[in-house]
Amino acid sequence: MDLILEGIKKAFLLLFTLDREVLDITILSLKVSGLATIISIFIGVSTGTMIALNEFPGKRIVVSLVNTGMGLPPVVVGLFVTIFLWRSGPFGFLGILYTPLAIIIAQSIIATPIVMGITVAAMQQLPRKLRLQILALGATRLQMVWTLIKEARLSLLAAVMAGFGGVISEIGASIMVGGNIKGYSRVLTTATVMETSRGNFDVAIALSIILLLLAYFINLILTHIQQKERQR
Amino acid sequence: MKKITHTLITVIALVFLSSVLVVPAVYAQQKNIILATTTSTQDSGLLDVLIPIFEKKTGYFVKTIAVGSGQAMAMGQKGEADVLLVHSPAAEKKFIEDGYGINRQLIMHNDFIVVGSPADPAKIKGIKATTEVFKKIATTGSLFLSRGDNSGTHAKEKTIWKAAAVKYEGEKWYQQTGLGMGQTLNVASEKKAYTLADRGTYLALKKNLDLNILAEGDAILLNIYHVIEANPAKFPKVNAPGGKAFAGFMVSKEAQEIIKTFGVDKFGSPLFFPDAGKKVEDLGK
Amino acid sequence: MTSILEAKGLRVERAGAQLLDVLHLNIEESEVLALIGPNGAGKSTLLVTLCHLFKSFSGAIIFKGKQVGRELPVSQYRRRISMVFQEPLLFNATVFENVAAGLRFRSIGRQEIEGSVKENLERFGIGHLSDRSARTLSGGEAQRTSLARAFAVKPDMLFLDEPFSALDPPTRESLIEDLERILDESGTTAIFATHDRIEALRLSDRIAVMNQGRILQIGAPDDVMNHPADEFVASFVGVETILKGKVTGKKLGIVTVSVLGHEVAVIGDYGIGENLILCIRPENVTLSINPSETTSARNTFRGTIERIVPMGLFHKVELDCGFPLVAYITQDAVDALSLCEGSDVAASLKATAIHVVRK
Repeated sequence: MDLILEGIKKAFLLLFTLDREVLDITILSLKVSGLATIISIFIGVSTGTMIALNEFPGKRIVVSLVNTGMGLPPVVVGLFVTIFLWRSGPFGFLGILYTPLAIIIAQSIIATPIVMGITVAAMQQLPRKLRLQILALGATRLQMVWTLIKEARLSLLAAVMAGFGGVISEIGASIMVGGNIKGYSRVLTTATVMETSRGNFDVAIALSIILLLLAYFINLILTHIQQKERQR
Repeated sequence: MKKITHTLITVIALVFLSSVLVVPAVYAQQKNIILATTTSTQDSGLLDVLIPIFEKKTGYFVKTIAVGSGQAMAMGQKGEADVLLVHSPAAEKKFIEDGYGINRQLIMHNDFIVVGSPADPAKIKGIKATTEVFKKIATTGSLFLSRGDNSGTHAKEKTIWKAAAVKYEGEKWYQQTGLGMGQTLNVASEKKAYTLADRGTYLALKKNLDLNILAEGDAILLNIYHVIEANPAKFPKVNAPGGKAFAGFMVSKEAQEIIKTFGVDKFGSPLFFPDAGKKVEDLGK
Repeated sequence: MTSILEAKGLRVERAGAQLLDVLHLNIEESEVLALIGPNGAGKSTLLVTLCHLFKSFSGAIIFKGKQVGRELPVSQYRRRISMVFQEPLLFNATVFENVAAGLRFRSIGRQEIEGSVKENLERFGIGHLSDRSARTLSGGEAQRTSLARAFAVKPDMLFLDEPFSALDPPTRESLIEDLERILDESGTTAIFATHDRIEALRLSDRIAVMNQGRILQIGAPDDVMNHPADEFVASFVGVETILKGKVTGKKLGIVTVSVLGHEVAVIGDYGIGENLILCIRPENVTLSINPSETTSARNTFRGTIERIVPMGLFHKVELDCGFPLVAYITQDAVDALSLCEGSDVAASLKATAIHVVRK
């Protein structure tokens, strides 16, 4: 009990004094997971829209593959990204293993199927006739796709939330491809695990609280936008 | 509608801008050193003190990948690490023999200890020979936690079991955590189990543990750290000068002084004993 | 009259089923054509195909003399037409943005958009809803928005797929009135699908009856309805007698309508000179040999029996009273009056039994 109270006390102290290291770790986490989410939005939304709007043989297989990918275990992604980025691996020449960039790549791979899966579902939920209506209003195909994306924006916002929530809280891939290097590739989750094993529960608790707050605030903002949209 | 689009664009722009700040971190390869080491050096906090000094001095950027000694050497065997700081002497010798590494140099030592709950159900306290301690644990069937992760600690533990001639694998009282030293100590504390730990990590975590030192001081319990440079003849891609520089720094007088005093202020006694230039045979005497 | 749209040999197949098979269809500039038929008759398929919204169909669509897809790119064709569906299919945005959508696709300037949107919102009486979210609209308001959106792009041709069928009767009535006026004012050519005969009568210049993907009959409303080409058309549209007439007098709520020189009394508030369509259900027509002078029926016409068709429990009697009239009577009555083809009879019906549609 003492440990928990002490931990929480120290945690708030670290938070309110804006401890340099904790702050840097938090900012790096935000950058890495934020960028991974953005990348996954570009790939996931465009590919997901294409899958949803086109009929092609094997579509069901593709959709179920995407849906399976939504539950891609981060450690599996971490393992494969590591193997590919090894000096002896196919992308070894890039020399990006154990860098934040490697974490961004791994997290993008984790978040993309999540965003894509939700995009496919959202697009398929729109009335089929809406596409005809948009075309009948004189839209080009590109304009139609953009209009449909705008129509599905609330669901896509949910996709963003799910994608970001998935990557900011994952650890398996971050620690494998990032290496948890102090001041460089150490993110909130890997730092939490390390501090726990070092017995620095206070710092670990502080980092956990930040992680929770981050997830909470980002969801709060997105939910706020969603609710406002709904009311209109 | 428009607002959302604007916010979205702003967010995207911001993130890309920040990514520009992240990406240059992939700068000049020659300035990066990948150090594969054990969790004990990181968890004790020693590297957090040493590495910034080294970086400041040389301009190198050290990427510390803290894993078990076994995994660190596995990285070395692939040429994924430029320099190793490990404590698994038998495996290290083989590593050198196989040509994966060069210039193995003694850096420091501390010692392993057998810890367990103060109740000491196997009554091992006071027994001097560690092999006898392990035998007693086995015969009383008291719970023993092994790292089970091919780390230096795990290797040492296996050596002791072998010396004690005790069958332990698959026994009910023998469990593997598969975790680092710190976490294994936490588990041992919770489960009131015995475990083999390095003194440094134990001291660092002691305040949160319900574990006492029950056996120590035996020669077999020495925990010796060596630095090994990757063999550039075998792995042309490794940063050989960087590895050499780091190894050189670790045996330097400056680093050795730091090792000597590290932990004294916090734990009252040092966590490691600097050994640069000494011979393994002379340790512990 | 010049042709604006012509379709030749339109066929649509889905999963082996023939959904559409229209040999030829011609639409004149400024005319309003109603497609009527039961659900699944192929009305929507025809409209969607005419808009070139299906990828796979065979046949030619010729717009103002140019074949769409060959001499006229599909994208350009679609920018000259507009379509309204049964569901409003509004975007999740304000009413203004919805109406502006088609104009935005055409990259039209902001000021022009504003003017055009305003004009069309006013036209459909929804100017006050401009800033409202489309999601909060009632069914009628939503369909008005959808229509305003279609009109905002000033289409050469308008396609309407049962635009009123999801609305409740009063809402529908007022919307039909407005659309009738706007179509009239703008002179827009339109094709609209409906399964409601009265709607078709009110809005259209011509009617095409469809079933199983084919056009069974096409012509002026009274023509089609009074002279159905086959059993199906008859069963679908031919139940009532349809008469066109002009109001010649009115007193005490009774309006006199001149139909081919004969005076018919109906009730309602219509102005002198107004064109009306009268619908008479055969079961409301009473036949007699010598009509008594004192009857509540305001209309009595003398005529000749042209045909007596047994319909099971009753007979269908087709009369020529100077205009066509159909009556249903029982076997008993046929015997009592000893009716046969060629007999002279008097047909009477109450003024209140005549359904009147403004034209």
